[in-house]
This record gives sequence, C-alpha cells and structure tokens, in this order.
Amino acid sequence: MKMVKLTINGLPVEVPEGVNILNAARQVQVKIPSLCYHPDLPPWAACGICVVKVKGLNKLVRACAAPAAEGQEIITHDSELFAIRRTIIELILSTHPDDCLQCPRNQNCELQRLAAEFGIREAPYGKRLRDLPEDDTTGSLVLNPEKCILCGRCAAVCQDMQGVWALEFIGRGENTRIAPAADVTLNESPCIKCGQCSAHCPVGAIYEHSHAREVYAALQNPAKHCVVQIAPAVRVALGEDFGYPPGTLLTGKIYAALRRLGFDAVFDTNFGADLTIMEEGTEFVERFVHGKGELPLITSCCPSWTDYMEKFAPDFIHNFSTAKSPHAMVGALTKTYYAEKMGLDPKDIFMVSIMPCTAKKFEIQRSAEMSSSGQQDIDISLTTRELCRMIKSAGIDFRNLPEDERVDSLLGEYSGAGTIFGVTGGVMEAALRTAHWALTKERLPSMELKEIRGLDGVKEATLQVAGKEVRVAVAHCMGNIETVLDRVRAARAAGKETPYHFIEVMACRGGCVGGGGQPYGATDKIRRQRAAGIYRDDEKSAQRCSHENPMIQKLYADYLGAPLSKKSHQLLHTHYQQRKVYKR
Amino acid sequence: MAIKTYLLVCGGAECKNAHGTELHQALQKEIANEGVQAETQVVRTGCFGLCAQGPIVKVLPDGTLYANVKPGDAREIVVEHIAKGQPVQRLLYNPAKSQETIRLAEPTGYHKQFRIVLRNCGVIDPEKIEDYIARDGYAALAKVLTEMTPDRVVEELRKSGLRGRGGAGFPTWLKWKFTKDAASDEKYVVCNADEGDPGAYMDRSTVEGDPHSILEAMTIAGWTVGAQHGVVYIRAEYPLAIAHLETALKQSREYGLLGKNILGTGFDFDIEIRLGAGAFVCGEETALLASAMGERGMPIPRPPFPAVSGLWQKPTVINNVETYANIPVIMLRGGDWFAKVGTPKSPGTKVFALTGKINNSGLIEVPMGTTLREIIYDIGGGIRGGKKFKAVQTGGPSGGVITAADLNTPIDYEHLQALGSIMGSGGMIVMDEDDCMVDVARFYQEFCVDESCGKCAPCRIGTRTLLNLLEQITVGKGTMEDLAKIKEVGTAMQKAALCGLGQTAPNPVLSTMTYFADEYEAHIRDHRCPAGKCKALVTYTIDPEKCIGCTLCARRCPVNTIRGERQKPHVIIQDNCIKCGECLHACKFGAVSRK
Repeated sequence: MKMVKLTINGLPVEVPEGVNILNAARQVQVKIPSLCYHPDLPPWAACGICVVKVKGLNKLVRACAAPAAEGQEIITHDSELFAIRRTIIELILSTHPDDCLQCPRNQNCELQRLAAEFGIREAPYGKRLRDLPEDDTTGSLVLNPEKCILCGRCAAVCQDMQGVWALEFIGRGENTRIAPAADVTLNESPCIKCGQCSAHCPVGAIYEHSHAREVYAALQNPAKHCVVQIAPAVRVALGEDFGYPPGTLLTGKIYAALRRLGFDAVFDTNFGADLTIMEEGTEFVERFVHGKGELPLITSCCPSWTDYMEKFAPDFIHNFSTAKSPHAMVGALTKTYYAEKMGLDPKDIFMVSIMPCTAKKFEIQRSAEMSSSGQQDIDISLTTRELCRMIKSAGIDFRNLPEDERVDSLLGEYSGAGTIFGVTGGVMEAALRTAHWALTKERLPSMELKEIRGLDGVKEATLQVAGKEVRVAVAHCMGNIETVLDRVRAARAAGKETPYHFIEVMACRGGCVGGGGQPYGATDKIRRQRAAGIYRDDEKSAQRCSHENPMIQKLYADYLGAPLSKKSHQLLHTHYQQRKVYKR
Repeated sequence: MAIKTYLLVCGGAECKNAHGTELHQALQKEIANEGVQAETQVVRTGCFGLCAQGPIVKVLPDGTLYANVKPGDAREIVVEHIAKGQPVQRLLYNPAKSQETIRLAEPTGYHKQFRIVLRNCGVIDPEKIEDYIARDGYAALAKVLTEMTPDRVVEELRKSGLRGRGGAGFPTWLKWKFTKDAASDEKYVVCNADEGDPGAYMDRSTVEGDPHSILEAMTIAGWTVGAQHGVVYIRAEYPLAIAHLETALKQSREYGLLGKNILGTGFDFDIEIRLGAGAFVCGEETALLASAMGERGMPIPRPPFPAVSGLWQKPTVINNVETYANIPVIMLRGGDWFAKVGTPKSPGTKVFALTGKINNSGLIEVPMGTTLREIIYDIGGGIRGGKKFKAVQTGGPSGGVITAADLNTPIDYEHLQALGSIMGSGGMIVMDEDDCMVDVARFYQEFCVDESCGKCAPCRIGTRTLLNLLEQITVGKGTMEDLAKIKEVGTAMQKAALCGLGQTAPNPVLSTMTYFADEYEAHIRDHRCPAGKCKALVTYTIDPEKCIGCTLCARRCPVNTIRGERQKPHVIIQDNCIKCGECLHACKFGAVSRK
C-alpha cells in the first residue's frame, strides 16, 4: 500500500494513499467537524462544514472529499474556519425546526450535537421552515421532510448501497426535498422498508414509526398475556445505548429488562432461527437431493429482501424458501403451541418482537399467512432503538441488571446456529451445519465457514457434502444482490447448470447486526464488533447446530411431527407473488 | 452571369425577432421583381454584433451597412441601391457620418475591435459549409491531422497562452495535456454551450453564426487527446443555434470531416448534441457532465477533474464555445501569433455582450487589455440619453460592479478579479444614475436563489438569506447589523459553497457594498433610495404651486389614486399609490416630484 506523508496542524501524518483528510486527521487526534459525510458512503460534499486550508491553495478544501496528498500542509482549525463553519451551522439551523424536545432524535441528533459543540446561542438569520407533509404511509418509516437538511445520505444509501431508488432529490434550489421519484408516497414507491435511510439520517427527518405506545398499553392491560422475543442481532447492539462497547453480548440483561417491563413470557427469536433451519434445511435437501423444487434455494428470512425480490426479481419467486422468518415462526407457535400448552386463548396473547429491523413492522402484516394462528401472529414489532427508549423510560437501571437471567422455555433455548442468523453469512452457515448432518449424519469437519464471514458484498464457497459439490453464495447490502442473480440468470439463459445451489441474502450491510432499526452510528468497524459478539455467542453455545437443540426436537416430537409436515406448512410457511415496483 | 452584389442579412436571434425573416423574404422577392436574381444573392449570416439597431443588412462589395431595416424597406434597397447604385441614405447605419466614411470604414466602434472568435459571424452563411471552407475553415483540422503531432498541438496551445473563456481562465493547454496524458480506453470532448448569465449571448451568437468553427475545434481536440466522441451540451432555449449546429453536423459528415476516417487519415470522431433544460448551474462543468449523462444537474467536488474522470467517468476535455472558436485560428496562425494579441498574461480577445444603459448595445470582441472606458465610450458610444455612468457589471450574477474610478482598468482575468469582479463568460451590463445598486444586488441574488441547484447548504440557504436581507433593505427595514450579516454569510458562501455558482453568488452584493456603501446606508439610515428605484422608499407628490389641474396625471394613473377638480391642484392619495411613476412622466408642468 502506498503511503503519503503530510502535516495536519503541524503534526506529521502518514496514511495510505486515498484516505481522505477527515480520516487522516483522526490519526493525530484532530476531529474535523462534519455533517453530511458518512463513512459508509462516497462523499456528497453538501454541507461545507469540513472545509480546511491547504497551504498553497486559494480555495478551501472539503476534508471529506479530498484525499490526503503527499507533502500537504493542512490547517483544520483557525478563527476564520471556525467563523465559516459556525455561519453554515447557523444557516442550516435557520431552516430547521426548533422542536428538539419532541424530536425522535433528541440527544441523538448530529446537527444538535454540532450546534452544541459550536456553542450556537443565537439565530441571526431568523427561521424559514417549509410546510411539508409527513409521509407515514409505510407504517415502518416516517419521512418528515421539514426536518431534512438535505445531506443526501438517505438517497445515497437507498440508491447506491441498496439499489432500490425509493428516495430521490425532488425540486431545485431552496425547494429541493427528499421524496420518492414522481412524488408518490413511500408506500407507493419501491421502498423495501429496510430503514437504512433512518439509520443514516443525521437528524429526525426519517425515522422508524414507533409502536412503543401500543406495547405499553398491552403491558398495562391485565387481560393480556404479553409475550416477547428478541432477535439475534439485538443482544450485541442494544448495550451501545447504555455505554457498552459495540458487540457486548447482553442477552441475560435484556431478558431481565423485558421481564421488568412486564412481559409474561420472554422468548428468543434464535429459537425461531433454529426452527427456520430445520424447515429451510430440509427444503434444501429436498431440492438438492430429490430434485423437488428449483435450485438455487434462496433464503427468505429478511423481509426487505423478500419485498425487493417480489418487486425487482420476481423471476426468482420459485427459488425462494417458503419458510417464514424466525420471528414469524415464534409468533405463530406462541399463539398455537404455547397457547395450548399454557391453556391460553390466543386472542388474549399479545406478541411483541424486538428486531434490529424496520421492515419487520411491515412483514407482520404482509400476507394472510402472517395470521396463521387465527390471530395476527405478531401484534407489534419494535426496533432495538425503541426498546432502548422503553427501558430508559421505565426507569430500569440496565447496567446493573443481572447478567444471567434465563429465557422462558418452549420457544426460548437456542443453539449457536440460531444466534448467527444475526450476521451476514450466518443463515448459510447454520443451514449448512444442519444440511451436512442431514445428508451425511455427520457434523461438518469445521463448524466455522470463514469464507462466508466478513463484510465483502458477495461471498462464495464450495463444499464437498456426501461426495457432492455444494456451491453457495452470500450477499448482503441490497445493491450487491443483482450481481449474484445475474449470474444465475445468465446460466439459466444459456441452459447451463446453476452456478449456486444455495444463496443467502440480507438487505442490510453486515446482515441484521447492521439493521435499519439498530442503535445509531453503525460503521463497518461497529458492524464487525457486533458480528464478533454474535460469533462469541455461537462459540460458547452448548449446541452449535439447530437440529441438536433439544427444545426443537421436543417441538417436532410433541407438536409438528417433522419438518415440512402439514402442520409445519400451515404455521411456518408462506408464499410469494410478483408486486408492482410502483403501486401508482 | 456571375454574382455581382451580395446582400448579407443578419440571421442572429435579435434581428430575426425584429422581422429579419420577413425582411429576408422581401429582399428576395424584390430582387426577383427587378430581374436581378442572376447577379444578386441574399445571404443570411450570423450576428453582426449591432443588435440594438437590427435588422442589419450589409451590401458587398461596397460595404454599405443598413440598420433598422424593415421588410417594407426591401423594395427601396433593391431598386435604388442594387439597380441604380444609389445607397439609401435614410437607412445607413450612422447617418451622422457621410456615406463615404460608412463605405470605407467599419461602423462606429469596429476599429477598436479585433475579431478572432467572431471572424465569420456576419460574414458567412452559417448553414453553408462551403462558406466556412472558403474562409479557411477546416484548414486547421487538415493541418493538425496531416502535419502535427498531439504534442505539437498542445505546444502551440501552450505558446498561445489561451485561457478558458468560460470564466475561470484556466490554461486550455493544461486541460488538453492532462486529458491527453490520462490513460483510458475511451475519452470524450465536450463543448459547454450552456450559456446562462442574464443578458449574455456570446456563445449563442457564435454557434448561430459560425457553428463549424466549434465542430472543427472539437475534432482537433478529439484527435489531440485521443477521443472519438464529442458532445455539445447546449441549452434548449437556443433553437436557432441548435438548428445551425445540426445542419453543420450533417454537412461535415457528408464532407468526411466528421465520422469514420476523417480526411482519409484513419481518425474517427463524431459529435452529438445534448440539450440542457435551462439550469444555470449546468454551466458548471461537473453539473453539466452529470446532466449530459441524464442525472440531476448537480456539481460534485473536484478533484477528480474531468480531465481524469469526466463524462461516463472517462477523461474528458471540456471547454466552452468561445474557447473552441479560437482554436482553429491558433492552429493555422500559430501560438506565437495569438500570444501577441491581448496582454501577456491574458492573450487573445474576449467577446462581450454589451447591454444595459448604453447607446450601442450588442456583441463586441476586443483584445484583452482594452480598457472599460474604450469599451463603454468608444465602442458602446456612451450612456444612453446623456445620463451619468454609474457602474458596469461584469460576470453577471457571479461578478461585481466596476465604478467610474476604475474605468481605465485594462480588461483581463487578473485585473477584474482584483476589483472584486470576474471576467465570467462575458456579460457586461452598463448602469446609469437611475439604477439603484441595492436593487441590482437584489436582482442578481434573486437569480441565484432561483438557480441554486439546492445541493450544498452554503448556496441553497445562503442565497435565500442574502436575498431576504437585501429585500429588507430595499423596503427600508434593513439595519446596519444586516450589512455585517451579509458579509458573514457572503464570506461563508465564497469559501465553502461547493461550486462556482455558490462561491460567486455573493459577489454582486459584496461588491456593491464595497463601492456603494453610501447607497446602502441611505436605504438603511435615511429610508431613502437615491436612485428612486426602490418603490417602498419613494413618494410621488404634486406641487400645488405648479399643478394647473390639467387632469392628465389623474387619467394616466392606473389605480385612480390622484384626486382633484379640473383646473385646480391635484393630490396623490398615498395609501393606494403603487409608485409606478406614470404621473411623473405624464406631467408637462414639472409639478410631480419623486422623493
């Protein structure tokens, strides 16, 4: 790697060629203020706050967009730069509402933080707000264009990272705003509800539609038996809002917090993940060995991905696993299996799932099969962020909660395979652990499939299972999937053998650990830390494979019979159909 | 029988709008009526630059120039001048001068001018490639393709000292060299014809009057840098220029001057036209390239410069129309010759669209280093109506004002910048004592608010903030602190806006604040507009001593707010007055005054 040497505020710096000045400055503990820049995205260079002086240049340079270059002498802070930055912040504030106290991003807003750091005390340029309507049509995400500072992150995420193009700049000059193309509503747009826009928004312009009130109401209602489940990725990220480093595994504390919030039963989506593997893994074996169904088999546990596929890639409908996502399985079984065992009327059960995800809010009502128990299987899906706020508002001293609280039985205990669902490659890894056993009645030689771990956008691996070659691909971050699909399409068109037998897709970068409903501020570094937490959970698990989970075995023995049984199909499977990219 | 007489009729947009097309038809009809069609030819040319007095007709070979010619004058010109050899005195361009002078010399102001860019405008029929070729057209291309190496082309450009005429003045040879040296399987040549300054039409006239010069220069550029595709990005509001460009493209393809194997040298190059939707920001090169690729016209930070990553992320030479128009001449006459024109740091000429309160408004081309005084008084003929010169605005919404004190400044990139203005693409608007400088700044700010693309915060919010502050001042509600705020916002924009539009948008207000601080203070402290332009600060009153009660003002008043009996002094009811000034102009007795 070629290195460049330069000085920043007189301090010598050496960084690899291509690193921008903003990041180069961090090496010498200099924080250049910035607003529109996000490390996930190419610099959009809109806000102008990160301008710095480079000796010999007349013009100021945007530290986010300019690579550090050999021999540069850079000044990042002086009175002139401070005045320019302060003026820009004051200008931005002159078009931004002052209702911080009612804002979902209160105390978590990048603009608010910047204003505080700059000691803004006056509003010299008055206030000019734009009276633009909120868009709450998806039920998952709320777009409030009045608060938008036009940093462009959401559009870049939606277009470049996710390849969805639901959000775009509309209008020009001071009338510029973010909206779906052709000014349709979000629900009529191609939006897949992944919520990456909300995870990247620096202010409260796009955020999850909160359902915490409905959950509080149910918890207060003595007639309701409230049940909750937490997704794999929640346990390694929630702590960030309570001062823990990213990746800290806090499963026991979260169970404890949920009980103290008033839930009558605390289950775990990881159990559902194990069950998904049983159903999906069996599906794979059926297709791979017995030719019952199309190959490649494609995972379907990510609701943004299924939404994307139904809109943009309906030619793969028959390749999709019909298995529901883990939380949907737990939801269906809570209102059937659990209700029967406990002698409860499913009508009285209020099922909440805590997800790293905004699309799960959409998924719980996406089709009639989401009410397979006769009720809506999951009443409410909350994001990790919403649960953080509930814990705080309920006065729970999270840091001092006991660490060893246990999950409730029947739909709680999980294997290591279930927990790695929360990270890209995890579903594939878990499925292969069980598929290998199903085909050979032996464990995989190594439990850990390193080729399909990590943050590369598309990962591939080939395994020898029972003398046969199994080719798999893993894609995450929606914009990467078309590469994989195109390879399959090309083989189809040429009448050749499929390049892959099994494909895992997650819409968010890094998988669910980087989900759109996770605590703010995710970067690749944080995604890796959260993933590491998940893998630690796997390593310390008594069972590493889903089929080894005794509670799964009990479920099949007592209730479902076998994977893909009639009862399984009734409760645990769904179907897909082509949908219009634009509803209007 | 050979053609004895040519009638050159200006086909520029201004002249066309003034019934130039009908005039053209009328002349042809009358020539046929007189039976002289075999020896007389009517040629529709590009702009003569004498736009204030169009339509223009020039008679060759005697050189007589007629101005303000109406279709009804066609018969007289044909019968008197063509048939009898007697020029029509009443239509001569400058009636003050004798017929002899008009014939021999060029019209007023032409002697200060030097035409490189506009060499063919008003001379050839822009829709005939033969006309262009007859004036050495495509000779430069032939020379470059057969006698020169790409390095020689760049070297001649370096020697010429040609700098980009789009406004910033970046050395053209460097752009070409960077693109030439960039390693890529594909490169592009782009012509920026997205002229958008209010009052500027240099590039439009050049494309309308001499489209082949642009195509020839782009082909030379393509060969030099190793590109095979060219794109002319031109605004859709220029239909005549687009039509002439399309005709020229067709003709040069037919002649083997574009397309495959140009002039048998094996070099392939072709050019397509992309229409802009009229966004000012698309004159900024990165926004232009985005728009040409079908994206939103928004700028991106540089580097990378287009020479490294431009159209379709490939190395791209992008120059404006005027820059290209210089290239064939430089290649034919040599860089050394070109460098002798103008000043050492800014060689060559500059085309300006001279407009505003000036007698001879129109298109001019002068050597760099010509003073503003020469342009305004010698070429422009001074201020209209004998009024007092106040300032001249160069660089349009990106520029600033230059006052009488600096009229002897020689025009080049450095001198204009030192005065707080810029060369810009060549708009030059002359203002007189009736122009309010606060209002001028407000006008340009309004333009920038409309034209800001909305991407960067300093420009999007800054332009609106400046406009609001200026509007407060023009209605007498400004404060002295507002001036400090303007400076603060203006500086932040200059330093931190993403592209040239935002960086220069505060120039008109900051420059007028520097040179006309007293006018700003009059608006703020005295609630008075010295030029009488800001309506909110103006009051019209009738002096009862002078008013004889003729009722004319009352009848002219569009809002019926002047009361009074016949032959008795009238009164303006101020509440309803819209300050239109009709009464002032109507009164024959000097009884109405404006304060």
